[in-house]
Amino acid sequence: MTDQIPTNQTAPQPPVREVTVADALRLAQQGYRIIDVREELEWNDGHIPSATLVPLGDVLDRIESVVPDKATPLLIHCAAGARSARAVARMQSIGYTNAVSMRGSTLDWRRLGGEWEAPQPLLTPDQQRRYSRQLLIPEIGQKGQRKLLDGKVLLIGAGGLGSPSALYLAAGGVGTIGLVDDDTVDESNLQRQVLHTADRIGMPKTQSARMTLNALNPETRIIEHRERLTAENVERLIADYDVIVDGTDNFDTRYVLNDAALRLRKPVVHGSIYRWDGQITTFAPFAGPCYRCMYPTQPPDELAPSCAVAGVLGVLPGIVGLLQANEVFKLLLGVGDSLAGRLLMFDAMSTSFEEVKVWRDPHCPACGEDSPFATAPAQAGAPVEMAAR
Amino acid sequence: MSSVRIPPVLRDAVGGSRSVAVSGATVAEVLGDLFRQFPALRERVSEGGELSRFVNVYVNDRDVRYREGLETPVGDSDTVILLPAMAGGSS
Repeated sequence: MTDQIPTNQTAPQPPVREVTVADALRLAQQGYRIIDVREELEWNDGHIPSATLVPLGDVLDRIESVVPDKATPLLIHCAAGARSARAVARMQSIGYTNAVSMRGSTLDWRRLGGEWEAPQPLLTPDQQRRYSRQLLIPEIGQKGQRKLLDGKVLLIGAGGLGSPSALYLAAGGVGTIGLVDDDTVDESNLQRQVLHTADRIGMPKTQSARMTLNALNPETRIIEHRERLTAENVERLIADYDVIVDGTDNFDTRYVLNDAALRLRKPVVHGSIYRWDGQITTFAPFAGPCYRCMYPTQPPDELAPSCAVAGVLGVLPGIVGLLQANEVFKLLLGVGDSLAGRLLMFDAMSTSFEEVKVWRDPHCPACGEDSPFATAPAQAGAPVEMAAR
Repeated sequence: MSSVRIPPVLRDAVGGSRSVAVSGATVAEVLGDLFRQFPALRERVSEGGELSRFVNVYVNDRDVRYREGLETPVGDSDTVILLPAMAGGSS
């Protein structure tokens, strides 16, 4: 008989030393190095900022490179204390002499005032569900959706073109939508201005728009600007926005907007409609042509009647307005090719699209070489085919 | 014969057509033929015998301002597009 136990085990292991969360906090203050043995996914949800991640399954392989000195005082933790105890046992088996396991939860660690760092999630669970179909698109994903939610878009006009744009911008999660319109809802608007409803006749269009848009997406911040865009207020109106959507009904406003957008370097997504025809383009300040490059002189009134005079097919602003919204999404996301340098024309009667190139005019009074607010010189006769930015 | 695309606001001057067949080897000749066929159109888009500044002219997708202006050649299969600005929008 002998006291020696015949065994093929290596040296007997000392018991694992476990400490309470309160003690763990003290040890951390004394300078114990903290090792987090949870999985990477748990770490990503939040962790002690000074900790080093070594998942339990990797401890034997990696701890010697992370902590070469086996006498280093080490505080090992996991989510509750089970994995950390096993980690300490494994570390002792390869010679670590000063590792202790925190017996208790990381929740208690935080409750007792322990340092904790949790990344701000890009999207809330609600947003994850609401925008799930967009999140699946590689060019959007969580980061792209975050850009949309942080995006601020100003619509000039809450009417025919503004209605479809605003509906889809709000639905798709553009965070802030401003609406400039001083008009009230009229019965004759309802044939195409789908933001408004029959029971809101007489109501300010911006108010009606806000009701519709917030019913669709309560999260969207709607800013009402119940005024008409003028040379006096244009800079104040557009200054806080990332993209301007131009759906105005007259040339004066379009020129005023063009010049101010150049001064403040705001991209403008342009749409115009007449009966069965629509035109869409994007003006990228000093990177592509501007409205004055395209149309230096405005036609006489009889050649440029408004919808109120000439009439318009109801679906036409729907189609053109959504093409504008499509431009906005790409500009906010920074993907794809915008319509900068291209004028897209839609003919509803033949259901056909046609496109002409729009060139930056080096002599343009607004964005040309002698522009009072230019920085980048225009290149003579250079076609502009630029990516959306 | 090439063709000239007539913008919506000018279609009443050409009997409602979207497109008119014309002959001519340059933009000037094509427009001359167009105006001979539809004299009312000439008055609508010209000032002092010249094409008004508010009408853009494209041969296919190229603005003739950045080519050879009215001397820009027009081939048989080319399309000339007349394009005045459109104002319509929200109201």
